[in-house]
Amino acid sequence: MKAYLLRHVQTLFGACGRLAAQPIASVMTMGVIAIAIALPLTLYVLLQNAQSAAAGWSAAFEISVYLDKAATGARAEAIAATLRGREDVVAVRVISPAAALAEFREYSGLGAALDALPVNPLPTTLIVTPSVAASTTQRLAALHSAIAALPDVAGVELDTEWVERLLAILALLRRVVLVTGGLLGAGVILIVGNTIRLDILNRRAEIEVVKLVGGSDGFARRPFLYTGLFYGIGGGIAAIGLVGLATAFIATPVARVASLYGSHFEFAGLEWSSAAQVLLLAGALGWAGSWIAASQHIRGINPS
Amino acid sequence: MIRFHEVHKRYPTGREALNNVSFTVERGELAFLTGPSGAGKSSILRLIALIDRPSRGQVFVHDQNTAAIKARAIPQFRRQIGIVFQDHKLLHDRSIADNVALPLIIAGIARREIDKRVRAALDQVGLLGREKSRPLELSTGEQQRVGIARAVVAKPPLLIADEPTGNLDPALALEIMRLFKRFNDVGVTVVIATHDLHLVDEFRARRIVLGAGRVALEADGLPSRLP
Repeated sequence: MKAYLLRHVQTLFGACGRLAAQPIASVMTMGVIAIAIALPLTLYVLLQNAQSAAAGWSAAFEISVYLDKAATGARAEAIAATLRGREDVVAVRVISPAAALAEFREYSGLGAALDALPVNPLPTTLIVTPSVAASTTQRLAALHSAIAALPDVAGVELDTEWVERLLAILALLRRVVLVTGGLLGAGVILIVGNTIRLDILNRRAEIEVVKLVGGSDGFARRPFLYTGLFYGIGGGIAAIGLVGLATAFIATPVARVASLYGSHFEFAGLEWSSAAQVLLLAGALGWAGSWIAASQHIRGINPS
Repeated sequence: MIRFHEVHKRYPTGREALNNVSFTVERGELAFLTGPSGAGKSSILRLIALIDRPSRGQVFVHDQNTAAIKARAIPQFRRQIGIVFQDHKLLHDRSIADNVALPLIIAGIARREIDKRVRAALDQVGLLGREKSRPLELSTGEQQRVGIARAVVAKPPLLIADEPTGNLDPALALEIMRLFKRFNDVGVTVVIATHDLHLVDEFRARRIVLGAGRVALEADGLPSRLP
């Protein structure tokens, strides 16, 4: 067992050495892999940021509750107290008809016209702020119907349409990331497979000798698998570097846009855990590509 | 050890390389396959090493019918045979020691044991001290001796060689043949294909003379002029 592991380590260093012996070719292969991985990865980072920004927006959302004209100020306070007791509500603000009219007068610019009204047409209004946890589409809808079912409530207004649209677009983008990721992942397998295929053809004589002295296909394949693994991991590291550069490049203008909108939104780069997953996946793709090519071509090389 | 029974070999090109060949080489024997080029010497060695399969007839190696050996079992089978080639087939990007060690690495021998056995094999062929050299730094005769060291390092019971002296001058060729004889003296079955009849005359050994794909003559060892 120890000898077996040792032999693997030797093969690993051997593969490493052969890559280092042809630095330009190796770096170019890794560069192509890096770009193929960096593209969907950058999209993924953008999407993650869009989602965290969208989460911020839906949390800031408010529900307007209009009471019956007959409801008194005391009744309004009672309803507000009930709503404040709910765990999916963080705050309730009561706006009396008089205050609402004053606000309307101030913002609408219809001062004189409003003075002409015989009575105040505005109802008592409650502004309900849902908790962040309750800011999903389903929970907002549940809260909406719960409030609508309360006595003395004439109407509830919740404009979730734009949130739903935004979430739908983000879900669509998520699919786009998956599709491009899948396609380019397959591309990485093909790139590594083709590189390994050429490598195998160049070392045909060596494989023949290995087979003549009793080496199995698996033995002959092993160094190529490590080479593929290195291509994948090297490409993965370079891809993470590229995404790091891209996020650094984007972060400043994003912060500027956010500050113009009065937000403290900060553009987040790739997390360490995601980076580790990318490396793992890139290594696996490299391994898979070399496995396919090596299994296929080494079987066909026989001593002559 | 080796038995050919009515073996025919026809290559896809249509060439009839072997035509009803039967012979036996006993365990511990030294046998020369001789005959002109194209007589079928190489074809016989290729059938022994399972590089090719017979078109008809049976080939037994180590008392085993090779027809029963599946492709997956060939590597294991070849580890029981040391093969020496006319063109050495050394890996030029690796040291002499690494070349000789290859069969042991494949067999999964521990590193320390490998070093010991590689040095022993190089000592047997008179190349101790050249472990770090590359094959191309050695003369042709020396490269052939590296090939022999690689063939015997895993101590296979059977050693086959295809024109091992083809590129060597007579003195070197005799030296290489004596090396094979020494392995035969310690019990290894040795089969050598060669067209050099003068060289064969130097040894007391079985001779299987081929002509046009047939066994033309089988002769037991002549008294050798050299020990």
